[in-house]
Amino acid sequence: MARRYDSRTTIFSPEGRLYQVEYAMEAISHAGAAVGVLSKEGVVLAAEKKIMSKLLETSKTTEKMYKLDNHVAAAVAGITADANILINNARLSAQRYTFTYDEPIPVEQLVQHLCDTKQGYTQYGGLRPFGVSFLFAGWDEHYGFQLYQSDPSGNYGGWKATAIGANNQAAQSILRQDYKEDITLDEALKLVIKVLSKTMDSTELTADKLELTSVTKTESGEVKYHVFTEKDMEPLLAFANAASQASTE
Amino acid sequence: MDCLFGFVGDGFVMMGADTSACQSIIRVKQGIDKILETGGKKLMGAVGDGGDRVQFTEFIEANMQLYSFRNGVPLSTNATAKFIRGELATALRKGPYNANLLVGGLDAGEVSLYYIDYLATLHKMNCAAHGYGALFMYTLFDSEWKPGMSLEEAKVLARKCIAEVKLRLVVAPPEFLVKIVDKDGCRVVSLEE
Repeated sequence: MARRYDSRTTIFSPEGRLYQVEYAMEAISHAGAAVGVLSKEGVVLAAEKKIMSKLLETSKTTEKMYKLDNHVAAAVAGITADANILINNARLSAQRYTFTYDEPIPVEQLVQHLCDTKQGYTQYGGLRPFGVSFLFAGWDEHYGFQLYQSDPSGNYGGWKATAIGANNQAAQSILRQDYKEDITLDEALKLVIKVLSKTMDSTELTADKLELTSVTKTESGEVKYHVFTEKDMEPLLAFANAASQASTE
Repeated sequence: MDCLFGFVGDGFVMMGADTSACQSIIRVKQGIDKILETGGKKLMGAVGDGGDRVQFTEFIEANMQLYSFRNGVPLSTNATAKFIRGELATALRKGPYNANLLVGGLDAGEVSLYYIDYLATLHKMNCAAHGYGALFMYTLFDSEWKPGMSLEEAKVLARKCIAEVKLRLVVAPPEFLVKIVDKDGCRVVSLEE
């Protein structure tokens, strides 16, 4: 029944649904999970890597995390090739803003710009929507640290903690239980690892399955995007694995 | 003939402009306000021939309002100045605007003043002026301006600048309007003693 209305993106079904957008979201629900948590000291993003191979040149490929500007980063869930187009779009948008206004683009404006692009693909052109959801983490002088989530429909929202990709409902319910208002950066780091360890298929978390990044401010007030190396992740993973061992005993 | 000047003081920016609208050697109208009080705490003064002064400033004002409505916050003074310069630069090699501006404002307690000319030059300055009158005003700024001036000291300097222009310039405008922007917003100031 639905078949009749889903081959063109730009029409509604009789029940008022946009099937192509929903199918895009379905594609994302099979993709590697990404989790984000907002704290007063910064924003943490963690993601599960799906492509794992000894042969992969890890220093040259990043599958999930991207720096959009000096003060904004994004985690991706969905079709990587689609994400690349949008990431490039976002980077252009950020630089154009700085060229025009001589200041960094406010985070929400960058999100809005990307979402306006995504919405366009649901309304005109006859092209399929982007099969990507994003988590944006950034800082600006208007609203401080912020975390946003966007989906293929072009909708976005500001969040204190959220997850996208595989098992995101399970992740969200753990976040709902464990997130507290005045969470510190350290607690946020532990929380995202805990959430991923519970929602990922594999039994034990190792550094090669994860990408972990944070957006914080240095003492001099500069915004810093930090990619955690395998070494940085060791203590956090050890803590998480010990905690999950303890809870299963 | 047009004259526009501005300088920063302690927590405020003072800006003054003549109030005459001229066509070649005829003064068509007096009492024109050439300093726009734009979004947030900002003054944008402009001088130029023909319709460019009004057309360009209204265009900038519309863009600033649009930004405020879209994004919930007004543009900072620095961003405004950069935007204005960008528009002038883009139009320069297509259909240039003949407009010279000064943009002054307050952002989180910090005062700033920007000089923008019709060739899309942009400089952040403590004191600046446009027009023939500027020739006299810059020498006065050099000897009389100091950082952190009070409002009274600023009025003294403004009075001196205007008096010098009236004394020495053959085509000196008869009347000036002076405004300031500080933490309480924009307003006209009287230079009466």
